[in-house]
Amino acid sequence: MAAYRSLRLEKYFFRNNLNKRSILGTSAVLRGSYSQPKQNEAVDQRRQFSRHTGAKYGGRYTVTAIAGDGIGPELMGHVKHVFNAMRKRTCIGRDWSVCYRVADVPVDFEDIYLDSAHDADTDLAHAVLAVKRNRVALKGNVETKHLKPGFVSHNLLLRVSLDLFANVIHCRSIPGVSTRHGDVDIVVIRENTEGEYKSLEHENVPGVVESLKVITRESSKRIARYAFEYARQQGRKKVTAVHKANIMKLSDGMFLDTCRQMAAEYPELKFEDMIVDNTCMQLVSRPQQFDVMVMPNLYGNIVSNIGCSLVGGPGLTAGSNIGSDFAIFEMGTRNTGKSIAGENIANPSAMLMAGVELCRYLGLARHADVIEKSIWRTISEDKVHTPDLGGTATTSDVVHSITQKVQNEMRKW
Amino acid sequence: MVIPQKAIDSVNKNKIGLKGPLATPIGKGHQSLNLALRKTFNLYANVRPCRSIEGYKTPYDDVDLVTIRENTEGEYSGIEHVIVDGVVQSIKLITEVASRRVAEFAFRYAVANGRKSVTAVHKANIMRMSDGLFLQCCREAAEKFPEVQFDEMYLDTVCLHMVQDPKKYDVLVMPNLYGDILSDLCAGLIGGLGVTPSGNIGENGAAIFESVHGTAPDIAGQDKANPTALLLSACMMLKHMGLGTYGSKIEKAAFEAIKNKETRTADLGGKATCSQFTDAVCRYVD
Repeated sequence: MAAYRSLRLEKYFFRNNLNKRSILGTSAVLRGSYSQPKQNEAVDQRRQFSRHTGAKYGGRYTVTAIAGDGIGPELMGHVKHVFNAMRKRTCIGRDWSVCYRVADVPVDFEDIYLDSAHDADTDLAHAVLAVKRNRVALKGNVETKHLKPGFVSHNLLLRVSLDLFANVIHCRSIPGVSTRHGDVDIVVIRENTEGEYKSLEHENVPGVVESLKVITRESSKRIARYAFEYARQQGRKKVTAVHKANIMKLSDGMFLDTCRQMAAEYPELKFEDMIVDNTCMQLVSRPQQFDVMVMPNLYGNIVSNIGCSLVGGPGLTAGSNIGSDFAIFEMGTRNTGKSIAGENIANPSAMLMAGVELCRYLGLARHADVIEKSIWRTISEDKVHTPDLGGTATTSDVVHSITQKVQNEMRKW
Repeated sequence: MVIPQKAIDSVNKNKIGLKGPLATPIGKGHQSLNLALRKTFNLYANVRPCRSIEGYKTPYDDVDLVTIRENTEGEYSGIEHVIVDGVVQSIKLITEVASRRVAEFAFRYAVANGRKSVTAVHKANIMRMSDGLFLQCCREAAEKFPEVQFDEMYLDTVCLHMVQDPKKYDVLVMPNLYGDILSDLCAGLIGGLGVTPSGNIGENGAAIFESVHGTAPDIAGQDKANPTALLLSACMMLKHMGLGTYGSKIEKAAFEAIKNKETRTADLGGKATCSQFTDAVCRYVD
């Protein structure tokens, strides 16, 4: 029975990952094209969608690790542990103590501290520089002290400084996790740099505050292009644009028009648009109708959280922040998890899935598959569930189970 | 397009109104008439009680919450400009007066209806000044009503937990856009806009109660529509006017009619027409 279940899971896994290529990143090639004549814009933009091509030293990548607050540090530790678990022990003669780095994930982490204890401008500048240096980062969430006057979220500043314009969250139902809805497979692609998150606010008259929401055609085009390219390359069928253009006629209207124009270039993909409140309603009644969804910043925040919640909660989904040159991987719902920090009950799957996306982005598809399969097996077959999934296991139990499976897989290499 | 003067005079005289759906064109055309109504009569709070309907099964049972949404300003101020070609700005307006008004209403509502807690939903980590002001007003209102528990939560956290465990929430108070989205989300939990009542409360006891679903032009005039939303809104209206006993009676009858598979309308999975459903409700009332 267990063997049959395992085979079923293999098929499910295989079917869902058949076309999975690396998460779309954008290559450094464009940076060399400043002096070239302006080509067809669509061709230019399409060339962006390839993988990370930052430097490799000694065959290994360096990844910035920003642990953040709350459960970030402990989960970052677990990711490093699992990545190293891929190390294979080799026997030389009868000496088992010698250990070669045969098949571990070729990633070295550079720890950068950006959290509530390190929240000065210089700390942020160091973090931005580190990500620029290494091109890619794995990140926990940094707490935002919104009571402190003049304080802007460091998570936001990091994303905007590095121009990580696309936030991609893939919400997939995992067999073995009991949820109210099954068969959910939604990719939420959210514009990540503008919209309501411009932090442009002022108080002209005491007691009257204005907050500006800015939508530009350039950014809308960029995110629409990303969404359609993603859908095409990953073999998806439909793209839904989410908006509120009945009320915000100019801003969301422009976003919607841009998406419609982009849809014309991808005739094989079905395109539809939906108002955000109807979208939320449909998500909780019939989420299976959605495939790829593209939307401005705030609606993306809401829809991605609903999507993550539909498949089992914040502990299961990873989020990728992709820009032309850099990428940052994190947990999909961007929580600090302050209330459960240090108690060993946080679900490490989301952060580990972020690690998987990181591997794919770096071109380490084989490593990514091994870790992802191990996570899925742990959740679906062995049902090692932390309290957020209704179980009683600790974080360490889950990580131990995943590590064992990873090591078993590595022996086959 | 403007609201006809006759309508304005009538509502000003009677103070209470019951309204069906109005359509708004997308991306162009006149401003939403629903919005215009709310602004004209200063209906500052939109109240939407969402309770799981016995007899109409959704994946969510035990939903029993109320969303109270600031109804006049926020992201729906309608102030938009094209700065240069390709850059549009939309202004979200939050004022102390409106925020205070809706916050105090929320607590008064909680006390009047026996609710235990009020949660302010915001995004003050990103929109520090505007949502910060709203939050501050909620905090000050909370101090005046110590018997009601007060909580504040980020919008994304609320969405996250709402979809997993809606039992956690009681009364939610929030600015305009979040309220629009969250109230529709909660309506989706209990079965959709076809069964959700809604009331817009103004100053001095004025109120307009409405059904919030669309105009559904494809089934108009065919006796297919589900009148539950408008009916439950009317029951809310009766309660607001102090005729609570009648309101509860009709509400109960409506729930009985939905429970019975024979008398459910098509959108709820039954086969009854609109008139058949109405007759059934009348029968249950007697």
